[in-house]
Amino acid sequence: MAKRKIRVMVAKPGLDGHDRGARVLARCFRDAGYEVIYTGCHQTPEQIAAAAIQEDVDMVGLSCLSGAHRYLFPAVKKLLVEKGADDIVVVGGGIIPDQDFQYLYDNGIKEIFTPGATLESIVKWVNENVKPRN
Amino acid sequence: MYFAKELLEQSSTLRKKWEDEVRKVVAKNPDQKPERLWTTVSDLPIKRLYAPEDIKDMNFAEDISYPGQFPFIRGNQVTGYRGKYWTFRMFSGMGDAKTTNERWHLLLKEGQTGLSTAFDFPTLMGYDSDSPKARGECGKCGVAIDTLEDFMQLIDGVPMDKVTTSMTINPPATALWAMYCAAAQIRGIPLDKIGGTIQNDMLKEFIAQKTLMCPPEPSVKLISDTVEFGTKYVPRWNTISISGYHIREAGSTAVQELAFTLRDGMEYVEDVLRRKGLDIDSFATRLSFFYNSHIDFFEEIAKLRAARRIWAKAMRDRYKAKDPRSWWMRFHTQTAGCSLTAQQPYNNVVRTATEALAAVLGGTQSLHTNSLDEVLCLPSDHAVQIALRTQQIIAEETGVANTIDPLAGSYFIEALTNEMEQQAWDYIHKIDEMGGMVAAIEKGFPQLEISDAAYKFQRQIDAGEKIMVGVNKYVSEQVEPIPFLEIDDTVETEQIERLNAVRRKRDNKAVKKCLDDLRNACKKGENVMPYCIEAVKELASVQEICDVYREVYGEYRDPGLY
Amino acid sequence: MEKTDKIRAGDVREASRLIRSIEDSVPEAKSAIKHIYPFTGKAQVIGITGSPGAGKSTLVDGLIECFRKTGKTVGVLAVDPTSPFTGGAILGDRIRMQRHAEDAGVFVRSLATRGALGGLSKAVGDAIHVMDAMGKDVILVETVGSGQQEVEIINHAHTVLVVLIPGMGDEIQAIKAGIMEIADVFVINKADREGSGKLQREIMAMLDMSPIPAGGWRPPIVKIGNAFDPAEFEKGLEELTTKILDHREYLINHNLLGDRIRRKRTHELNEALREAILEPVLNLLVSSGELDRMLDRLQKKEVDPYTLAEEVAKKHLTGCV
Ligand SMILES: Nc1nc2c(ncn2[C@@H]2O[C@H](COP(=O)(O)OP(=O)(O)O)[C@@H](O)[C@H]2O)c(=O)[nH]1
Ligand SMILES: [Mg+2]
Repeated sequence: MAKRKIRVMVAKPGLDGHDRGARVLARCFRDAGYEVIYTGCHQTPEQIAAAAIQEDVDMVGLSCLSGAHRYLFPAVKKLLVEKGADDIVVVGGGIIPDQDFQYLYDNGIKEIFTPGATLESIVKWVNENVKPRN
Repeated sequence: MYFAKELLEQSSTLRKKWEDEVRKVVAKNPDQKPERLWTTVSDLPIKRLYAPEDIKDMNFAEDISYPGQFPFIRGNQVTGYRGKYWTFRMFSGMGDAKTTNERWHLLLKEGQTGLSTAFDFPTLMGYDSDSPKARGECGKCGVAIDTLEDFMQLIDGVPMDKVTTSMTINPPATALWAMYCAAAQIRGIPLDKIGGTIQNDMLKEFIAQKTLMCPPEPSVKLISDTVEFGTKYVPRWNTISISGYHIREAGSTAVQELAFTLRDGMEYVEDVLRRKGLDIDSFATRLSFFYNSHIDFFEEIAKLRAARRIWAKAMRDRYKAKDPRSWWMRFHTQTAGCSLTAQQPYNNVVRTATEALAAVLGGTQSLHTNSLDEVLCLPSDHAVQIALRTQQIIAEETGVANTIDPLAGSYFIEALTNEMEQQAWDYIHKIDEMGGMVAAIEKGFPQLEISDAAYKFQRQIDAGEKIMVGVNKYVSEQVEPIPFLEIDDTVETEQIERLNAVRRKRDNKAVKKCLDDLRNACKKGENVMPYCIEAVKELASVQEICDVYREVYGEYRDPGLY
Repeated sequence: MEKTDKIRAGDVREASRLIRSIEDSVPEAKSAIKHIYPFTGKAQVIGITGSPGAGKSTLVDGLIECFRKTGKTVGVLAVDPTSPFTGGAILGDRIRMQRHAEDAGVFVRSLATRGALGGLSKAVGDAIHVMDAMGKDVILVETVGSGQQEVEIINHAHTVLVVLIPGMGDEIQAIKAGIMEIADVFVINKADREGSGKLQREIMAMLDMSPIPAGGWRPPIVKIGNAFDPAEFEKGLEELTTKILDHREYLINHNLLGDRIRRKRTHELNEALREAILEPVLNLLVSSGELDRMLDRLQKKEVDPYTLAEEVAKKHLTGCV
């Protein structure tokens, strides 16, 4: 049996269109050998959660630079849990102030990557923390 | 030939001697890094030395000349900064209209000379504060404006006939500009007395920033409407600010910023000529530009100088403008947000100062300097003050404003300017061949060029081939906490209450009639501006106007190119 | 079985997880397919093929809308290529279809080719079964590549749309290369552009070259204008859905739908036989070192491949030879 492949979703919730980070990350994940579903900008949490389940991804990476992460990130996680997909890991990135970290962790966001995190370190984290389902 | 033959011969002899010396020294003490890594931040290779040979093919009259003369590489103004410094224009907006208005008054008191509005994301995207899409975003990254009532509060006490106001607004630009015009009329100020800028540049949104609403074709039509309306009734208004800033922030190189921005400008010119049949000289001065000033000092100076020359040539030769003022490229500059780091944030003051200096040496006419905390949050009053003081120090203390275009004639600067211009033209011609910028965007060409550059840069940072201090070199564990400004969620609830109150008190029949009229105008291809002004006066909201556009022109979603 | 019931009840999570297991060749996936197989065969499967950037995903998005308006439920399988260098892939088709993400009547699943030839993922046939068993009325399969490669789609779809755009010189080459025979409907996308008339004439000329027997199906050509103009796009889509229905009726009236389905079954059986017979034998030959020895003998010209194959068959497939 072939090794199971990691599938991840890179999504941009909310209204900001600053997708440089999201797109760089999508390419980086592809080059790390993952299958990447990219949603494009301006997605609602409902769209992201529905897509994540339809695509059966192992992880959803959310990128938000508009300051709305306190609403958007937990909303995605909550919807996934409601739909029985509590095993899908949710991580976030963007402009996230230190004092919001704990709030996000408490709401099910497993890790937060801030500007300056190297691509290598992100891939390393995924390899260590996200197991393709069996 | 730019130099006399004797000088070039002399130079060639001396050059050989120097090259021999270099070889000897390098054999013993190798350079700190290999040849391929001595590049600009955009990865443009830079030579160890520039000399007369590098600019020998220049033509003084056509390529350099004097300030106020073609090709305006040395600036549009004959007196340089002696007559007037660039406009100190700090971009600001947060929370509700009242909070932003207070920040504006503070900035004017501190010596800022022009206003500049940051709207929140719902406003930027044409949604009202109570739209489900706006949840969590209200007032976060800028000011929330739903109706003319908010707008009147925003400009309360601002002398509209004296201060110029810039509004960073794109898809809903017609609605927000209509509010500015309506506010002036309500205050009894004639439209030909107000001045300012709306960004109103949709092409760069498709290319880079993704503030999207309608497809490219009708988006450009709406922009041409504003150019026409401005030309006829609001002559002091820049109805479009063709922006490279966001292209650069999306990860482009300096040359891509230059090329795509100028080609966008050409696309707008061509659309107005074709669609509106206006004379080029009647509207050329409606167009202004907006550039990024990144961290690579000389590259930025060369870019801004090259931009002026390319535009002058395009306006004179490609579009046959006759009035020399039509050949001017007037522009605002902002220091590069993407060059700032969350790590060791106080270093950002130094970066911004360097970038601001480059913008000034490149001859900018207006400047925003980023605050040190802008990568982390909305800027605090204190951080904004330091950023404004940075400009004031450059203007009043450093002496760089004493003389015009002080770097002209430098072998390096002129060679770099020439090279960047050449590379930009190559891109411009390539896009011409594709059928213009709208066609190129539909093919994803500029988007993917930028993606490639952004990815490459990130890889270089990861590999340590490009350095960001505090990020991949000189990293320190120690954190420097900085004071923090956050917009709390009560802004959202209060704004929604205000909006609901407006909806209750306004004449909803009149609003509906105005929106129907606007819809008809859209369908018939009429200029929408007069209809927008009527609609906002009846307190139609930004979203109500934008929904009409979405309905008639269709909604455009991010094609998600990667 | 609980899983099967859940899938038959339309459970997206269960279904998407099964598709994942099929992609990853997990052994249990095969037994799950065995359970759902009896419940398949109801859906209408439409293949959409054409070169990258031709607007296939945009078209699929439009078709979803059309079918939903008539109350049909829709499944979409969107195939994108796997990078041969890294084994990774960015699957971008669903971006165009995200407005349907929350519609419970629509299930979009992206698949990577994972090195399979023919522009399709190996999992696509079984993934179709999963969506079929879920009760999706229509299944749209978007495939990658252009030219010869994508003929694979005819093994799965009842109706194949070939999407072309004006102004791409190589299109007609692609038609010659074999796409011609698989098209049930031609779609000229972005028909507002210059050259759409020329392209239409070229397709017609090509169709004229292979005469269609009386009462046979001549692939119609549908022009679809600017997808960004809501009115224009809708008009084109309406015509396209009509032609798709026409084609289905034609197949039914001429008792050809059965042929198509049989073709799919034949393909499936071939694949299953290969997996059940050839692969175990090959595995055995490799692990025992027999294959290497056989190659050595070939090298030395002691024997020819046909004799070797007969020897293997005699030894391993008792009863056949
Ligand atoms: N101008 C124009 N562009 C279109 C049209 N249909 C699709 N596109 C664009 O063409 C690009 C490729 O479309 P997509 O549906 O992803 O093509 P695919 O690769 O065949 O799936 C996208 O940027 C679409 O927005 C159309 O009718 N006119
Ligand atoms: Mg596609």
